[in-house]
Amino acid sequence: MLHLPLMVTARLDLVLVLVTLLSLWTRLSGLGYPGAVVFDEVYYGQFLSLYMKRTFFIDDSGPPLGHALLALGAYLGGFDGNFVGNRIGAAYPCSLSVWSLRLLPALGGALCVPLGYLLTLELRCSHLSALGAALLLLLENSLIVQSRFMLLESLLIFFVLLAFFSYLRFHNAPGRCWSRYGWLLLSGVSCAAAVGVKYTGLFSYLLLLGVASLNSWKLIGDRAQSHMSVCVQCGWKVLCLLVVPVLLYVFWFYVHLSVLQRSGPHDQLMSSAFQASLQGGLSRVTRGQPLQVAFGSQVTLRSSAPRPVPCWLHSHKANYPIRYENGRGSSHQQQVTCYAFKDVNNWWIIKDPARQELVVDSPPRPVRHGDIIQLVHGMTSRLLNSHDVAAPMSPHAQEVSGYIDFNVSMATQNLWRLEIYNREAESEEWKTIVSEVRLVHLNTSAVLKLSGLPLPDWGFRQMEVVAEKLLKAHSGSLGWTVEEHRYGTSQEQKEREAELHSPTHIDVDRKISFWSKFTELQWKMLTVKQEESEHKYSSAPLEWITMETNIAYWLHPSSNAQIHLIGNPVSWGVANLSLLAYQLLVVLYLLRRRRGFKDLPDDAWQRFASVGLLCGGGWAVNFLPFLLMERTLFLYHYLPALCYLYLLSPALLEHIHTHLLSSGTSRHVLSVCTAAVLMSIFLSYWTFCPLTYGNPELTANQLQALKWRDSWDILYRRR
Amino acid sequence: MEKEECISQWHKTRDSSTLRNRKVFPSPEQTHQSPITPESKIKQDDSPCSNGSSGDFSARASVDSPNQLLLIVVTGLSFATRLYKITEPPHVCWDETHFGKMGSYYINRTFFFDVHPPLGKMLIALAGYMTGYDGTFPFVKPGDKYEDHNYWGMRGFCAILGSFLPIFAYLIVQELSRSHTAALITAALLIFDTGCITISQYILLDPILMFFIMAAVLSMIKFNQQSSRPFTAPWWLWLVLCGAALAGALGVKFVGLFVILLVGLNTAGELWRILGDLSLSLMDVAKHFLARVVGLILLPLFLYVAVFAVHFALLNKSGPGDGFFSSTFQSRLIGNNLYNVSMPEYLAYGSTITVKNLRIAGGYLHSHWHLYPEGVGAKQQQVTAYLHKDYNNMWLVQKPDNDTQSEIPDLVRHGDIIRLEHKETTRNLHSHLHQAPLTKKHFQVTGYGINGTGDTNDLWQVEVCGGRRGDLVKVLRSKVRFLHKATGCVLYSSGKTLPKWGWEQVEVTCSPYLKETPSSQWNIEDHINPRLPNISLSLLKPNFLEILLESHIVMIRGNSGLKPKDNEMNSKPWHWPINYQGLRFSGVNETEYRVYLLGNPVVWWINLASLGLYLIMVAVSSIAIQRGISLQQERLEHSEVLTGGGGLLLLGWLLHYAPFYIMGRVLYYHHYFPAMLFSSMLTGVTLDTLLRNADLLLCQPYSDWLQRGGQMILLFTVLYSFYMFHPLSYGMTGPLAHEPGSAMAGLKWMDSWEF
Repeated sequence: MLHLPLMVTARLDLVLVLVTLLSLWTRLSGLGYPGAVVFDEVYYGQFLSLYMKRTFFIDDSGPPLGHALLALGAYLGGFDGNFVGNRIGAAYPCSLSVWSLRLLPALGGALCVPLGYLLTLELRCSHLSALGAALLLLLENSLIVQSRFMLLESLLIFFVLLAFFSYLRFHNAPGRCWSRYGWLLLSGVSCAAAVGVKYTGLFSYLLLLGVASLNSWKLIGDRAQSHMSVCVQCGWKVLCLLVVPVLLYVFWFYVHLSVLQRSGPHDQLMSSAFQASLQGGLSRVTRGQPLQVAFGSQVTLRSSAPRPVPCWLHSHKANYPIRYENGRGSSHQQQVTCYAFKDVNNWWIIKDPARQELVVDSPPRPVRHGDIIQLVHGMTSRLLNSHDVAAPMSPHAQEVSGYIDFNVSMATQNLWRLEIYNREAESEEWKTIVSEVRLVHLNTSAVLKLSGLPLPDWGFRQMEVVAEKLLKAHSGSLGWTVEEHRYGTSQEQKEREAELHSPTHIDVDRKISFWSKFTELQWKMLTVKQEESEHKYSSAPLEWITMETNIAYWLHPSSNAQIHLIGNPVSWGVANLSLLAYQLLVVLYLLRRRRGFKDLPDDAWQRFASVGLLCGGGWAVNFLPFLLMERTLFLYHYLPALCYLYLLSPALLEHIHTHLLSSGTSRHVLSVCTAAVLMSIFLSYWTFCPLTYGNPELTANQLQALKWRDSWDILYRRR
Repeated sequence: MEKEECISQWHKTRDSSTLRNRKVFPSPEQTHQSPITPESKIKQDDSPCSNGSSGDFSARASVDSPNQLLLIVVTGLSFATRLYKITEPPHVCWDETHFGKMGSYYINRTFFFDVHPPLGKMLIALAGYMTGYDGTFPFVKPGDKYEDHNYWGMRGFCAILGSFLPIFAYLIVQELSRSHTAALITAALLIFDTGCITISQYILLDPILMFFIMAAVLSMIKFNQQSSRPFTAPWWLWLVLCGAALAGALGVKFVGLFVILLVGLNTAGELWRILGDLSLSLMDVAKHFLARVVGLILLPLFLYVAVFAVHFALLNKSGPGDGFFSSTFQSRLIGNNLYNVSMPEYLAYGSTITVKNLRIAGGYLHSHWHLYPEGVGAKQQQVTAYLHKDYNNMWLVQKPDNDTQSEIPDLVRHGDIIRLEHKETTRNLHSHLHQAPLTKKHFQVTGYGINGTGDTNDLWQVEVCGGRRGDLVKVLRSKVRFLHKATGCVLYSSGKTLPKWGWEQVEVTCSPYLKETPSSQWNIEDHINPRLPNISLSLLKPNFLEILLESHIVMIRGNSGLKPKDNEMNSKPWHWPINYQGLRFSGVNETEYRVYLLGNPVVWWINLASLGLYLIMVAVSSIAIQRGISLQQERLEHSEVLTGGGGLLLLGWLLHYAPFYIMGRVLYYHHYFPAMLFSSMLTGVTLDTLLRNADLLLCQPYSDWLQRGGQMILLFTVLYSFYMFHPLSYGMTGPLAHEPGSAMAGLKWMDSWEF
């Protein structure tokens, strides 16, 4: 039975709505301007187009979710991935709707403002404080700039705020309400998203875990609750805040790897097995190769060392110089090097020392762990040799050469014992791509090793290969993998050369499991180090507090219109001041409480402490770790920490208003001061708007007037 | 003298051990047996102790004499294991080449530079001096034979300090846990750890450092025990001892900072407790506070500074470390070319000079026959800053146009345009609008042209800081800046180390920011001009605080400059607790006498397991207490020991271990040893508590058996493993471990061990 009249009662926080609208307006208006690549868009854009083409890449700066989200925006906007903006300021093609690329980060950035409002309310502050926090976030120029382009910080901040908001929502909800676990789950999901966008999200996640375990500890101490209910609640927390985020994090990688299936520019960094699982690239070459390496096999041997670059064992028709520059002598035999490019001179043939033939029998005789082999260079037929002669670049190690008999009583020492390093059984067969082998020189028990040092001009700047006693190294520089492989059939040298030049044949493909791909990719992302270099606009963490440096994001190709990452200096000052004031207050309170003076009722003290734990702690965990990092850092790394301070300031002000000021006049003065500060925040926001939106264009004098600090780098175009 | 003392002491300990032991060993000459003999001894001594302590815990007074007895046994064993075969091998082992050499420098009073503070090396030198070492052995490289040089004194000194570690650990654990068994377990772990033995037996800083660390912790704990009787004589005594030990630890290595942190945190906690004690007036609180400031901050600071004062007073001769320091600093050193120097007073054209940067540990302006590599600015000759004195630091001061010079050379004045020509390669100091290699905001500086012909980018304007146009440039005393004429930038040393292509020298750039900082100021150090009269210059002697500050900055720079090389295998912090890989102290081949620094794997793995066990036990007990589950008094006490004493030890372990994860410098296995001491003490507390609570599992008589059996098995395991692994410390000869017939056959449990 339907009861009439049908009523809907809706309660709407008009302030919240207004703030949200303003925020959307400041972040979303004119999103397509400038229609050119702005700062790090050059970096993300390149990955975006790889994403669109489903080409595999590695980015060590962050996990894949951030790229995937940007790519999602681009996909919805109909970007085909054919544009690669290779420099800042390059114009996007007209057909591309630029705003669609930037929409998702801008939305995330815009939603931070209402989230800040709601979060302050959940910290049990008044609506006025919440409005203050929202205004601080709203009028922060650096947040606006960072949101309006295809960058990831705004998404990171959004997810972090969402995680804390939903956790507090869970925490503040009454105990018997089941829907609160929905909030807990949302919190876990946003944590996973935050960590998935940027690794720096980990700091906030750890803080949230800390807060949650503190709350759980209190819960354990609550004797009114039954053991069962305590267990259940803790179990839920573990599930939502630990298990779910970890699973989701892996899931981001799953999506990443299942979308990116084609081989691309970063293949070389991965293992042969990983490369073989990608479409095109190595898998096209290796598909259908015989698995077992047999006597007579023709192979290329790739070094397992990731550094300095992936390379293959190589030799060519050039000898070591009789004397090196420093006067040391060499064997003058044929050079053996490691070469970073595919080349026909990378082919080697596995030979049985007891026999002369270089073809595979039928059935093939597989090579096993512990077998003695010789390696014949395919093009020159020299045997891989080593002897007690110092290597060219690393004199402590033995030289490796292609043996030439100069009849100077230097005997051949060309027998090598095969050791399969990752074997499972003692007599395991040597397998293509899968087996990592070491070649142990029989006469000297030295191991074939990539030293990685570049040879001088006589060695064509290829990398040096040596044989070294197995003492110091357990590194990958000793391991080699067979990458390309086929069974040799031609007996004559000429035929064999032709055979080596022909491409390898094609058949079935090999799969490796998702888990091994995931672990390899994750490990590579954490260990691949890009060359340390200083950027023109990089800055040190301590400079962030005082906003010592700005970052020029974009300059109009013909006019003075420009976009800079510059924060709102007044808000910045307010934030620093409130952090300082909070620290002083907390020390004072703590000391006085310890001596038995209770200035605050317990409830107010609890609230004061929890605000400090969350906001002050959030600042600390998002700022202090950077002091220890040895990376190139930028001002935008400070933005998450700054957001926490913007939440702290109004809460602190409210505390001062209600607890420290008793007389009416002083409260009045405080209100007036606050209003004045808010006004000046707005004014400074307005002043810096031209640098935030890149519009309108300013004259040189006006720009000069905006250079509030000497260290800021504002660009003038000379006319 | 001391040798006799050592030996007699050693005999004494052996005697006492055999005395105390009714089971007399028939062949004391067979020194080989000495590490083995403890087996039965411990067993004997242990049983009465566990009888005494496990039966009724509260009867503590009656076990005082077993305690004394145990302590003597621990002392004896500790000294015996450390001093046994102290003179073997009779050649330089591993880092002895550094620290022994530095000991010689002290004895010869030559100035040197090291990244560690001086106390450790001073003590080594003192020990060497007292035992008749004359400082003549060169310590060139590991493996050099000592022959008839007196090296045993220095080794013996380190070993004696190292022998105190198990004793201190015993006392610390006993104070913290009030249990002899726990203390005994700890002492046994440390006495029979091959790693601790090896690291104590050579001329190294580590035994000295660990001695001070443990002394500081022990006196801190003794001081805590006195908290009920503040301001009494023992209270002051332990406070002062703690402060002195802290100064000692920091004076040996900067790792001492971690123990300072530990003591600092403990003191802060203590003060917090005192502050909350409302029976004390604020005045009393202030007294407590001030006493600790004096004892734990001012006193150590004073001692630390005093160590440096002695260091500078001792080393007054020029030596290999000069170039790291500023010109004023060098003028103190006898034999340095700046000591009582005489040279032409004002800079002139045609002079050969060296130019030193004024930032602390700034180098000499340097160039050499190497070009910047492809992709780093223009491919011209490198210009760097170099810390060592070298003939490539020489530059010629030239006029912009190559005029022939008059008989009396012209003097260079403020505002003059000059050309600096590199003497060795005859290239001009040059800069242009290319990015500098590391500091991208600056311009690149190169060597350009040949034989003095170049272009307009080779011209530099000389500017004396605070000078006016026409002022002369004083050698050594003027701060000079070189402004690049064409681009207006200023010659600058960024202090960043260039990669391998730049021979890890320091980057030199041309900075467009004209602020006057020491990095952009230089002084003329050497000044050679045969056509000008030499004048004796009396420099401003630097005061002590300046020297102190400068030497610290140089040390810190040096420390952070020890970056791991790309292709070298280096040790990672996570390797250490699992005993992944040791360090080769001596010998490689089958024929050589080999010593390998590796912890007794059984001991180390017990430590690792107990860490996990400790965390589980603490979690269980504290959750039980937080949930309000009623427990017996005894269990509450155990839980208190775990959280209080164990917590302190865990904190110590963390403080001495975790920071290595974020250190950028090159790390070695032996950096873990201070943390390992804490870990072993924690093991003692944990395992003892675990065994005491055996009655949770079994009922009364059986649980006692279990407890005693567990203790026995533990001690036997440790002893047996020591018996197996003792050749690691006391030397292996013959075939390597992976070959049959070796003494270590079958003991290479991990592939990464290299013996």
